[in-house]
Amino acid sequence: MQKLEAEVVASIRIGPDICLLRLKAPAIAATARPGQFVHLRCGEGLDPLLRRPLSIHDSGDGELTLFYQVKGRGTAWLSRQHPGSKVDLLGPLGRGFTLVSGRRLALVAGGLGMAPLFFLARRARELGNKVDFFYGARDRQGLHRLEALEGLGIRLFIATDDGSAGFRGPVTALWEKQLKANSYDRAYACGPRPALAAFASLAAAAAVTAEVSLEERMACGFGACRGCVTALRDSRGEKYYENVCTGGPVFDAAAVCWEG
Amino acid sequence: MEQVEKKPGANPKNRREKLEFRGKGLAGTGCAGSGSKSRLNPQDPEAGAGVNLGVRLGDLTLPNPVMPASGTFGFGEEYAPFIDLNRLGALVVKTITLEPTPGNPPPRLMETPGGLLNSIGLQNPGLEVFLREKLPYLRRFTPPLIVNIAGRTVEEYGELAARLGAAEGIAALEVNISCPNVREGGIVFGTVPEMAARVTAAVKGQTRLPVIVKLTPNVTDITVVARAVEDAGADALSLINTLQGMAIDLETRRPALANIVGGLSGPAVKPVALYAVWRVARAVKIPVIGMGGIVTARDALEFLLAGARAVAVGTAGLVNPGAIIEVIDGIKTYLQEQGLQDVNELVGALQI
Ligand SMILES: Cc1cc2nc3c(=O)[nH]c(=O)nc-3n(C[C@H](O)[C@H](O)[C@H](O)COP(=O)(O)OP(=O)(O)OC[C@H]3O[C@@H](n4cnc5c(N)ncnc54)[C@H](O)[C@@H]3O)c2cc1C
Ligand SMILES: Cc1cc2nc3c(=O)[nH]c(=O)nc-3n(C[C@H](O)[C@H](O)[C@H](O)COP(=O)(O)O)c2cc1C
Ligand code: FES
Repeated sequence: MQKLEAEVVASIRIGPDICLLRLKAPAIAATARPGQFVHLRCGEGLDPLLRRPLSIHDSGDGELTLFYQVKGRGTAWLSRQHPGSKVDLLGPLGRGFTLVSGRRLALVAGGLGMAPLFFLARRARELGNKVDFFYGARDRQGLHRLEALEGLGIRLFIATDDGSAGFRGPVTALWEKQLKANSYDRAYACGPRPALAAFASLAAAAAVTAEVSLEERMACGFGACRGCVTALRDSRGEKYYENVCTGGPVFDAAAVCWEG
Repeated sequence: MEQVEKKPGANPKNRREKLEFRGKGLAGTGCAGSGSKSRLNPQDPEAGAGVNLGVRLGDLTLPNPVMPASGTFGFGEEYAPFIDLNRLGALVVKTITLEPTPGNPPPRLMETPGGLLNSIGLQNPGLEVFLREKLPYLRRFTPPLIVNIAGRTVEEYGELAARLGAAEGIAALEVNISCPNVREGGIVFGTVPEMAARVTAAVKGQTRLPVIVKLTPNVTDITVVARAVEDAGADALSLINTLQGMAIDLETRRPALANIVGGLSGPAVKPVALYAVWRVARAVKIPVIGMGGIVTARDALEFLLAGARAVAVGTAGLVNPGAIIEVIDGIKTYLQEQGLQDVNELVGALQI
């Protein structure tokens, strides 16, 4: 974990409000694990004040790639950075996904939740796993990086809410169908919280070990402020709050208190 | 300001905080902060160069006037990967309560223009765990350790003081009175001068450690509380704690924080903090630790001019964990540039 100034290698708009950012950050890229994130200053002055957390979308050759949606002021600033400019970041932060080898894995991405699962898919393939990647979005325009995903040597399953591409309906329903036909050793998901809750209950019903990557607003990103908590249940069923930045963002799906 | 109390309807059984399994080896990442280093190390920019950065808060001597603000520094270990903890003027830990405190439901944070609104709810693992698992680590460092405490009753403050006073390696207590008194209908201790004085006296009566009382700005006249606390025996004051505020999400038409109310900190509150420090420093004889929105050495120097003997860096450290070191170095550079020998010369040196 360190703080450094990373040089922008490329900043590419791949959709009306979706950007890919490549950063030169060898020290972070060398140790980054799928599911971890970086925390970026998005501006020079005192406003916006806080850093912005973004998942590591891909990593290799001394570079980090981030995949993000321009949402508010911070990400808008980020999208205006050109090659050669410097970005102040902390990373790699958090606990990533559990990596296994030689298994059958299901990766379930809802919308922007594709961001960290791309990196996971790459590593999982390198470790000799079979990967079924389920990717859902509202419509065809909400699906990104399809060619790059296919290039990872995975089986890609697409779902859209309006049926403009692939299966019509929620990505969790598409996964549910395959869940019956395949025996997955592990499943991983990232996406909107309701989709993750549905994913968790399907995984539990099928007795598949499952992990989810959660989001919470963050200040420090390194465990000092206790601002980013989510409710979990311990082995005795007692509820407690855990930092998403240091205890997560990846959690055992069965431990998350989905009702909050 | 943080509320200990939970929202109505929240499950009161959640009073225990589970121990976090924080990313392993924060202390073992090899760099700064592990092991103790002499303050006289010639590589330490504080040593030599003929500039004195040391300050005294009553019986408490600090190697320099800059410390972290409680609640933004965890238990120190979180910052160890980024900075050398031995360079700080003091180590100040998150508020400790007698029993584990689970804290408020999320979301607990909201960014505001130049500010941060938080409703952590004093989440901490409680006194026992602090003594057993956090204190041994903190004892390895040379700067004085200041433990911040909060109780739900006057008696709880007294008990915390007695038990921490008996522990080894603690240099002073900071008493957080920005929390509700459950015996008196949840009125915040620090908003009623008599109640603030009773807490101060209870703590003083149970320990020989220097006692710093941390004032809330959420009062009509902060100097009244400051004097009441001074009269009750406080050795020093720290201010300001966060300012109560709220934020609303127009899209969902709901409060941005689950707790509705939160405490505002960061650059946005600096003018309010500076004014409070200036007024309090003139109203009392005991030393004052100033905080609220300090990001740079310039900010810190302004607090010293306003009368603060020492300062704390809070929110800025959450954004830039190296901020506190930059403040220390910047103060030293300023003294050298100004041809001053001693940081104490600046304290209260505001020209009016
Ligand atoms: C661990 C983690 C990983 C993430 N990875 C990605 C990613 O790979 N790609 C991506 O597009 N987005 C990701 N997000 C969400 C991303 O952090 C927010 O979209 C971003 O902070 C918005 O900042 P803004 O200034 O543009 O928006 P604003 O709405 O102006 O931000 C205001 C404040 O709210 C916070 N905030 C807003 N939305 C979120 C959110 N969803 N989660 C947490 N904080 C939020 C901001 O950080 C900021 O403090 C991730 C969030 C977390 C917690
Ligand atoms: C996330 C957060 C948590 C805090 N927790 C505590 C706390 O536990 N006890 C306390 O006395 N003050 C707490 N504070 C208040 C700070 O110590 C400080 O008084 C205040 O934030 C103003 O300084 P700043 O603007 O530099 O942050 C907290 C502040 C923040 C931002
Ligand atoms: S963001 Fe500060 S503890 Fe997680």
